[in-house]
Amino acid sequence: MTEVDIPAKYKVEEVRQRKEILELPIASPSDSPVKVNIGPSHPAMHGTIKMIADLVGETIVNIDVEPGFLHRGMEKMCENRNYVSALPYTDRLNYVTAFINNFGYIGAIEKLFGIEITERCAWLRTLFSELSRITDHYTCNAAICSEIGAMTPFLYFMQARDYIWEHFNWATGARQTYSYARVGGLARDVTRDWLDKAKQILLDNIPLLKDIHGLMDKNRIFLDRTQGVGEISKEDAINAGITGPFLRSTGVAYDVRKALPYLKYDELDWEVPVGKYGDNYDRWFVRMREIEESFKICLQCIEKIPEGPINSDDYYAHLPEKSEVYGSIEGLINHFKIIIDGPKPPAGQIYDCVEAANGELGFFIVSDGTGTAYRLHVRPPSFLIMGVLDKIIIGHQLADIIPIFGTVNMVGGECDR
Amino acid sequence: MQSTILGINIVYFWTYFFVAGAIFIFMFMMGAVMSWSERKQSAQLQDRIGANRAAIPLPFGKKLALWGFINNLADAIKCLIKEDFRPQAYDKLMYNLAIFFAFIPAVLAVAVVPFAGVVKPAEFFQAWYLKWIPWLPEYFAANLPDFSFRVQVANLNVGLLFIFAIGGLNVFGSILAGWSSNNKFSMMGGLRAASQMISYEISMGMSLLGIIFIYQHIDLWGLVQAQSDLAWGWLPKWGIFLQPLAFFLFIAAAVAENKRMPFDLPEAESEIISGYFLEYSGFKMLLFMFAEFIEIVFVAIMLTTLFFGGFSVPWLMADGFHFPWGSYVPLSHASVVILQIISFQLKVFFFCWLLQQLRWSLPRFRYDQVMDLGWKILLPLSIVNLIITIIIVALGGF
Repeated sequence: MTEVDIPAKYKVEEVRQRKEILELPIASPSDSPVKVNIGPSHPAMHGTIKMIADLVGETIVNIDVEPGFLHRGMEKMCENRNYVSALPYTDRLNYVTAFINNFGYIGAIEKLFGIEITERCAWLRTLFSELSRITDHYTCNAAICSEIGAMTPFLYFMQARDYIWEHFNWATGARQTYSYARVGGLARDVTRDWLDKAKQILLDNIPLLKDIHGLMDKNRIFLDRTQGVGEISKEDAINAGITGPFLRSTGVAYDVRKALPYLKYDELDWEVPVGKYGDNYDRWFVRMREIEESFKICLQCIEKIPEGPINSDDYYAHLPEKSEVYGSIEGLINHFKIIIDGPKPPAGQIYDCVEAANGELGFFIVSDGTGTAYRLHVRPPSFLIMGVLDKIIIGHQLADIIPIFGTVNMVGGECDR
Repeated sequence: MQSTILGINIVYFWTYFFVAGAIFIFMFMMGAVMSWSERKQSAQLQDRIGANRAAIPLPFGKKLALWGFINNLADAIKCLIKEDFRPQAYDKLMYNLAIFFAFIPAVLAVAVVPFAGVVKPAEFFQAWYLKWIPWLPEYFAANLPDFSFRVQVANLNVGLLFIFAIGGLNVFGSILAGWSSNNKFSMMGGLRAASQMISYEISMGMSLLGIIFIYQHIDLWGLVQAQSDLAWGWLPKWGIFLQPLAFFLFIAAAVAENKRMPFDLPEAESEIISGYFLEYSGFKMLLFMFAEFIEIVFVAIMLTTLFFGGFSVPWLMADGFHFPWGSYVPLSHASVVILQIISFQLKVFFFCWLLQQLRWSLPRFRYDQVMDLGWKILLPLSIVNLIITIIIVALGGF
């Protein structure tokens, strides 16, 4: 990987020489920068990140981004529990898209086992992943709105998101942290009514999205605040290992769902929206377009979900049916072994990735044949963005940190693990 | 002969006392109403219910919530009994002084605004629906038949200049609060407030110069009187019709003066947390907020007085309605005054609503964009507006 250089125009000396700064009387080149400590308890920093900025006037000439305030040792915790017990920790990675994290993690284990999941399970996982992605993009774009001061679209987004979360509650029993996946299947099935209601909720969300588009799309203030701010080039983004909407906003159509199709994504009709300049507006816009694409995927999924079992027959990997547990000695022992030891995949190592809301979410698992991972590593999409965030911010103004940081959609749980 | 206070007839004294008191109480009540409507209106806009939990318990399990009005009371009580937090190292004098600089000018400037026309008590109380009041109608008719007063605290002949002078003091509140709190974010907020308010005061003044040229008045009473005339026999000579561009320039500049969304960068909560009043807690913070609400009301009053004819009702003369199509509806003096008061209040409410609606539908500018808007767009436009106005006035247009 090549080193990303700070472009010359963002070097401290260069920034000071720039015309617009010299025009401001409060920021003559002789002024020494003021150090301002932003975070971790600054409202825009989510409590999980700290930025130490050098300000000349309002312009940032240097910034030091320090993530890691939410580091809980999630990977190490997973290595001390069996595979199933570690599942709830993945809920807390990107806590807005717990489904995608669940399915990514369980998908890696299933690959290690070599389990084929059932048709219905694959379709349901696709549907839940996309609904999750919608809620994440809602949350991210809502945060952008509220951080630049537009509270009304923020609440419209929250309202739309809550319809979906409440509906998840009916399927899984939780609004946010579902732990819904199981090795070889899902925790429980959904009914046809649930699917019809999900479709209705998606259709009900469309007027809210229209309102948001009406408030923001042609809003001069919003465009001025986001266009041309926080730009990153294709090359810089690729070099930094950035994926997801952030990369796609620069014009690279890389999406794990298309590049390495998993679940049912190759059987669906959808496209990868890309931006052009890689600025805040493109990131906002790519997310808005992805919401529409996810709508398309969800509606197709709801039509196409077949009837059938949700769990595979591989009872060495997941719990047997309750009737077998209570009715046969084999079933009881099976249940007991899975609960005590966890599913035991063959020794080996695996890297599997899914397209999470912020980019490629990868799970690297080393198995030694026991029910506990020997090593588990998560590749968090937003952590890699933190590496170039300072280069994106430098040269902009203090107020620009907020929308830039908002469009990054840094989620502490995922970034710091 | 009536008794006197400080050499003033006691009836005159109490009348002015009553008018001034009523106007100041109106301002404070409007401040409270604004903090309520800020919640409720935004709730309406955002599909929420809004404040409705604070309530006074009544017997039989009933609660008096007054559609959320009790929340104001709860806020005040909460702010009064909170810890009065102060930063560790701060300038005590300036820190405490800043609140008064922010609060007092907002209330003071309203002194020159007329809330209704001339009231003649002797005639006023003769209306059929006011005759039941004990002894007042007879008293004024018998003792002071010629006494009249204006519903205005002080008729300064430099009205607009007074407003600008007092409004200009407002910036000290923000600067001092930002500087004395000894916090970098506060300091930044104070500086933003200072540069923004000073820049926008210029285009605000420039946009009003056209009004002064047209009506040839600088006192608000004269401006309102001039606006109640008719152009071509049917169109009220309101500022909005004669100076439409100035109206929009003024509303933009006034919102910026007011430090409200989309110009609320001195207190941008996501960037510099709360800006200049970051280090104020409890009732001090409440006073800053309250001053802001009163300023909104004041901006609404200014817009009403300068561009929407103040208290004047279209085609309403001192003796009733003279419609342009020739019909005439006679009205008693009391009805005219009451109509004027209602008309003034309605216009003020409308502008309060408009400003709230603006606040809840727009995002925030950035510092350099605010400066660009102020100096590169509003100021040149207001100068162009002024020049065109002067040319038309010089050619005898108006």
